[in-house]
Formats: sequence, structure tokens, C-alpha cells
Amino acid sequence: MATYVLTVNGVEHSVEAEPKMPLLWVLRDVIGLTGTKYGCGIGQCGSCTVLLNGSPGRSCQRSISSIGDERITTIEGLSESGDHPLQVMWDELNVSQCGFCQPGQILTAFAMLRSRPNPTDADIDREMSRNLCRCGTYIRIKEAIKQAAGLVED
Amino acid sequence: MKKISNGLPFMLEALGIDPVTGTKFDPFTHVRNNGRDSRTVILNLSRRSFLKTSALAGGSVFVLGLGTGFRAQDSPDVMETGTREEAVSDSEFRPNVFVALHENGDVFIVNSRSEMGQGVRSSIPPLIADEMEADLERVHVLQADGDAMYGDQNTDGSTSIRNFFDDWRKAGATARVMLVSAAAADWGVPAEECEAENHVVYHRASGREAAYGDLARMAAEQPVPEDPAFKPREKWRYIGKEIRGTDNRDIATGKAVYGLDVKVPGMLYASVEHCPTIGGTLISYDAAETLKVPGVREVVSLPLASASPGFGSLGGLAVVAENTWAAFQGREKLIAEWDLGDNASYESAAYRETLEASVKAPGKVIRKTGDEAAAFDSAATTIEASYYVPMLAHTPMEVPNATAWFKDDGSCECWAPTQDAQGARATVAQTLEIEESKVTIHITLLGGGFGRKSKPDFICEAALISRAVGAPVKVTWKREDCIQFDYFHSPSAQYLKAGFDEDGKAVSWLHRTAFPSISSTFAPGVKYASEGELNLGFTTVPYDIPNMSCENGEAIAHVRIGWLRSVCNIHHSFAINAFAGEMAHSVGRDQVEYLLELLGPSRSLNDMFPEKGPYGENLEEAPYHTGRLRAVLERAARESGWGSQALGPGEGMGAAVHYSFGSYVAWVMRVKVENNTVRVVRADGVIDCGTYVNADRVRAQMEGNLVFGLTLAFNGRITATNGSINQSNFHNYRLLRMEQTPETHIYLTESEMIPGGVGEPGLPPVSPALTNAILAATGSPVRELPVRLA
Ligand code: FES
Ligand code: FES
Repeated sequence: MATYVLTVNGVEHSVEAEPKMPLLWVLRDVIGLTGTKYGCGIGQCGSCTVLLNGSPGRSCQRSISSIGDERITTIEGLSESGDHPLQVMWDELNVSQCGFCQPGQILTAFAMLRSRPNPTDADIDREMSRNLCRCGTYIRIKEAIKQAAGLVED
Repeated sequence: MKKISNGLPFMLEALGIDPVTGTKFDPFTHVRNNGRDSRTVILNLSRRSFLKTSALAGGSVFVLGLGTGFRAQDSPDVMETGTREEAVSDSEFRPNVFVALHENGDVFIVNSRSEMGQGVRSSIPPLIADEMEADLERVHVLQADGDAMYGDQNTDGSTSIRNFFDDWRKAGATARVMLVSAAAADWGVPAEECEAENHVVYHRASGREAAYGDLARMAAEQPVPEDPAFKPREKWRYIGKEIRGTDNRDIATGKAVYGLDVKVPGMLYASVEHCPTIGGTLISYDAAETLKVPGVREVVSLPLASASPGFGSLGGLAVVAENTWAAFQGREKLIAEWDLGDNASYESAAYRETLEASVKAPGKVIRKTGDEAAAFDSAATTIEASYYVPMLAHTPMEVPNATAWFKDDGSCECWAPTQDAQGARATVAQTLEIEESKVTIHITLLGGGFGRKSKPDFICEAALISRAVGAPVKVTWKREDCIQFDYFHSPSAQYLKAGFDEDGKAVSWLHRTAFPSISSTFAPGVKYASEGELNLGFTTVPYDIPNMSCENGEAIAHVRIGWLRSVCNIHHSFAINAFAGEMAHSVGRDQVEYLLELLGPSRSLNDMFPEKGPYGENLEEAPYHTGRLRAVLERAARESGWGSQALGPGEGMGAAVHYSFGSYVAWVMRVKVENNTVRVVRADGVIDCGTYVNADRVRAQMEGNLVFGLTLAFNGRITATNGSINQSNFHNYRLLRMEQTPETHIYLTESEMIPGGVGEPGLPPVSPALTNAILAATGSPVRELPVRLA
């Protein structure tokens, strides 16, 4: 066991954990932030996506000992009151079905919009195809990103 | 227990569930304000703590107690009227277990069914609110626990609206009628002169009005109407509209609570190493290294299930730890020696051959019209084809998991993403050998279900481990467990033969199907499919052909077989529609035109069913009808530009149409085949599900079924070697991705027919529309899934 200090959504957490413990389980079981989901544990699905210094990362593939001072943002910390344009469009277009994959989808979309504020359909397809949705909400995810991109610009 | 789907009676018979009087009510696992200030509470709330929490939420202090008066009209055997509790206060109005109104005007609607993404929490509450004339902005949606007092809660078979539409309306209408009579009594005018509208009762003649909240106290004193009149259709406020999702904001902010997110104070985390085969035994194990893994507390050996394990725990070695990761790590260090038992002989490749042999020979005749053999002899031409669909796994995005707390008083409280909370309650009680009344099942949100979470095996696991370790325990299945220990969709082989006259008109039809039955999961030695399974698209083939024989061949199961979204319709619709495409191709006719000819004139097919419809449908009010099949097919063709599209090289269009769960769906796909790969360019889907509640969720289910169907058509294959499943995670059991999802157009048929199902009917015609498009593009038929080009 070792002690790590993690900055999650702007808050510092002192955490006792095994060095190899994936960030996913640290967030969920130790810190208690359950918005980050377990879907596969092998980097395939993207349900566990968080932002590390603003870039999307698969928290099931990042051991706690590898985090260092990278700032972590989870879905709970994307916006103060849940009103980021992506969250608003996700609501307005009723993107979610079961919703389980959606925190990962939203954070992946967020990171994409930071590097490509006006993504083309092909950009969205390419970036978002790394995240799986068993319910099949892809059509709406794409539409919500396009509409949110307009809002982010303003 | 009402059989919610007559096609699948084995589910409930196998459970041995009897109706139980609901005498216990632990309020709400979820509290959701439909407005913007929502919050989710997941707690085991005693009545007092509920009051406190609600007050914190700024909402009402209502406790939805045990109601009286509400009995589901059509299911007197299901609905146990609860004993009326002493009123908590004079101010409350609780006409039934589903509705409560506080004097501040807040309305609470209890959703008793399981939300797995199909949108039930965004459909039933608006439906009840509509009949109540309640303002949806003032409605809080509460989630019921598993309890017989709510009637049927078994959320499968696409039943939540189609079987209970009038029951939900009655729950709302009862409240409205009582509010109106309260106002009328107060004003001394006849109730007929008063009208409820959007949270207010009006007496227009005298200009008087009263807000719902102000009437709550008096309404509670009104007699409960036996038969409250429903609103006329033209006054529907929410039904048939696009309604915002109840849980949208919680999901998008990470607040939504799924089973996997449950946390109980003092909880431990467990994960179970199962025997690789069903029906094997544990010879020995060594947990020494496991116990050295930091965070691991103990290893519990759970009794192993038989080869027909039903819904019960599979058993195995449970590693109990301080967090999920430690439990997973501990499993890797276990040394276990299993006797794999008889099912170790299961090789899916060899098994496929036995299925194919089974349909090469005559089988048990299930349906016969005319003399198909003589008609083949005299036919101008004949064609035949064999189809194969492998085992499929459900893989909901949220793996099976459950939290259980076996307490000192011998009771067990569970939190689980379950599609069937009452079934879970019964099975956990049987597993623990305690009374059902001692088991509480809180229904969390489900991160997908698709039929997997109808089965409470994982909840039983949690309960057994909690009892063994004397603490609350959350069991989490790894994705690998979820795939390898699924209740699989049956592998199936089918053989079809058709005979034509000189004009290419079909005169004879032979269809044989063989697949291991779901019944085998519950009883040893099952060889044939049940009538219910065969009625899922096989016996019910709607074609107008004078000579037909439908036969079932033998098949024995070696894994747990279960129902997956639309069940046997998956393989039957694939083979029948794909063969129809081949028939059209062989006689040089247009697919859609030929499908319409096969469907024949617009007519009822009710005489196909001696007693009742295969889905428990009300066939008197909504007959199984080729007119509706024709209409959805014609519309899909029209909207897709069928026949009028200029197709490029390698492009082709395909169509398929299918009836299931009371609804009619057609898909048209347009594909481009290039360099031996298939890309779906565009999909047009039409659903006629009669009257629908939330138009947006109907569309979403069509979209979801398209992706689910393309996933199984392009990627779905589970295989076994030495009785063990070869696939393990999403790298070798792949799901469709965004870039493979076509441009999609969905059309809803406007209809005043009674509601049909929505969650499943969109799926069966997807794969054959795809393969028919490939046939059109390449000239070569596709006869097995997943699609492989010749
Ligand atoms: S859980 Fe990390 S990618 Fe799937
Ligand atoms: S919404 Fe269910 S997995 Fe994406």
C-alpha cells in the first residue's frame, strides 16, 4: 500500500492504494465517484473515460501510481451545475437509453471539441468510434455533438 | 402470477412464483423531480428518513403507503390489493399505489417496472399524469421495490405499455375523477359540470377553479370510482408526444445510480470464479496466494449448480475483498481443479453439424396446410437453402452485479439492476431458504438488460456471499464472466424449401428449425423447442402459400440458454425473410413486390391461433393482420426510394418485414459492397406499434434495435471448445461502432389500435434486410450470421 494525492475535479484526495490499482477502481470504490463506469476493464469500450490534464484517458488502463500530478476530471466535474453544452444537448436530444456508456461518451466528445471545435461528421465518427454503446445511441450522440459544437463556439 | 407473455410461460413456471400479498413497502430507491432541480437518492429509507430526505429535496412529505382501490382490470389474479394503512395525515391523497398528491401540488408517481434504457420511466409516469391531468413539470418519479402489490413487474416481452396501458390510465383517471368530485362537492355543483385540466379543476359555468394541491385533502375522502372514465383521445396531453427522458440529466452528470454504483456502509466487494462448464464440480482448490493479495479478506466456496441451473446461483469460488479490484486480482491467483462434467464435450463446430443434420431430416410437424410434398413434386421449380445463426451473448454495458445484505434478523435486503424484481425476490428466498417476505429487492437503474437481467442468478450469488461473510456484499461480474456465463441466445440451424408454379408464384413451403430450448435451462433432457418459442416467428409465418409444413428438429443444450431481445424471432425472421429474398431472386422478381405477393391479400391471420396470440396479445381488438405487415413494408419501400434510386456499383437494397410482440416492423437497407466488405449506407425503418406513449422512446428503440441487429449480423458469434466459451471481452465479441452506423430514418405509423410492444419488435427484420441488400448487391445469398462474403 502507498499513499497518493490525486486531484479530482479540483479537489485533492489522499488515497491509500496498491500501486497497480487502476484509477477506475480508485475513483469508484475508494473515492466514491461512481460516474466513471466499468465496462470491459481492457481498454476496449471507453465507459471508464476520464480527462487527464484535459485529454481523454481510459481509467481502467491507468494505474494510480502512473498518475502523478495529472489533473483528473470525471463526469461529475465536467461543469458546476450540469449545464455544459454537451450535457444540455444530451438532455434535449434524449441521447441516452440506459445511459451507462454516456459519461464516457460525453467526456470523449468534450475532449474532441477542445481540439476540434467544429468537427466534421468524419471527425466525429473517427473520434467517437472508440467508445461503445450497446444500446446503439450513436446517431443521437453524433447529432448532440454537432449541436453542442455550435453552442460551445458562442 | 399473470403470464405476461404466453409465448414464454416457462419463465414463470420455472420460478414457481405464487402471488404474494404485499404487506411491506420500503419507499423509494430513486427520487426524481422531473424539473431541473433533480437529485437521486438511493437509500434504504425507513419511513422517517424518507420524510427527512424528501423535505431536504424541497419536495413533499408524502409517503406512498399501501394503497387501496386499485386493481388491474385484466389481471385480478395478479393484483393483490394492499391493506390500507392508517392515513399519515389528513392532507394526503393516495388513491392507489401508483399516485400521490400533496397539498402543495406535488405529484408523486411510482414507476413499478425496470428501466433498462427502453424508456419506461419516461413513458409510464407521463401516461399516468396524462389521465390524471397532472402537469408533468410537477411530477416526481419514484421507483418501486419488487412487490406483488404493484402487479406484474417482470419487465420483458415488451409488455410494460402493451399489457398495462389501461391499468396505468386507470391509476391516473382514478385520481382525476376523485379530484373532480372533491371540487364539485365543495362547490355544490354536479361533477359532470366540472373539468380537470393541467393540475386545476374548473367549473366554467360559475368561473370557479381549484388547484389540485388545494383539493388533495378532500379528494382523499371521495369514493374510489370502480370504473373511472378515460379521457377522450383528442384530449391527450402527453400520450403520443415526444417526452423528455426522466433520467437524462442524472445520466449526463454522473449522478444516475445503477446497480454497480450502490454503496452500503460496511460493504465488501466480491467476484466469483465459476466452473468453466455448466454442471461441473469442484475437485479441490487452493486459495493461499489469493489470500495474500492486499485487500482480499476471504474466499467462500459456493455450492455449484446442476446442469439445469434455472435462475439460481451458478456457485463457485467467491473472493471477498475491500474493493472490486482486489477481488478481481484475488481470482487470478486462485488455483482450482474442476471436473467439467458432461458438458465438457460441447464443441460448437461439431454441435452445428448436429443441428444441421437435425433439419435435414423430417422433424416434429408443428404446422401443416395442404400437402407440401406433393406440391414440390408438381412444382415447376424448387429452391432450398440452409441458414445458421450462432450463439449470441447479451453483453449489457453494465455487467451483472448486485449488492445484498443478509442481516442478523434473518432478512436480506438487495439492490440490483433487475428486470424482474419479484422473480428475484422469490429466487433469493428459495436460495436462502427464507420466507419471501424477508427479502427486499430495490430496483436500481439498469445499464442495459436485453433479457440478461431477467435472471437473478447474480443476485442470489450476492445474497449467499453476504450470509457467509456476515456483511453487506457487492458482487461484480467481470466482462469476461458476463460473456462466458451468459444465458445464451440459442444457436440454430434452419432448412427451407420452396416450390413455384410456371409464373414464379410460390405454391409450396417447407421450413425446419432446430435450436436448444430455453426450457433446457430449467429441466434436464429437453429435446424440442416449446410451443411458445416456435410461435416466435416460425409457426406464425404469415405467407399466403397453399401448401406448407413447419417442422421442429431435436436439439440438446450444453450451456444455459436464455431469452435475448426478441428471442427466437432473431433467427426465424432472419431465415424466413432471407429465404423470401432468395425466392424473389430465383424467379427474377423485385424483393418488395415479391414479399407483398407472399404476404397475400390484406387479412386477419387470427385463425392460426386456436386460443390466444403468441405474445398474449388481444387478438380480438388487434388481429394478427397482413394488412399492417403490407403497410409498413410499403412505407419503408416508399420512404427509402425503393425502385427509384440510382444505385452505384456494388450497391444494393434489401427489405424485410416481421410481426412480433403485437407490432409490425419493416426495414429497408442500402449497402455498398466493396473490396469484400459491406457498408450499410442508409437504413429506413417503419414501426406500427398501434397507439404509442412516448414517440421519442419508440424512435430510440428503433434506432437501438438497428444497431443491435447490425451488431449481431456483422459480429455476433459465441463459440465453445471443451464446453468453455471462447470469447471473453469486446475485442473478440465486438459491438457495432459509430462509424459503422448508417444514416437512419425512422417512421412511426399513426394508429389508434391498441398498443403493441416497442423494445423488441424493431430487431428481427434488421439482419435479413441487410442480407437481402447484400444479395441484391452481389447476387450471392448470405445464409449464416455473422455475415461472411463468399
Ligand atoms: S472499462 Fe476501461 S475501456 Fe472499458
Ligand atoms: S446508452 Fe446504454 S450503453 Fe450506451
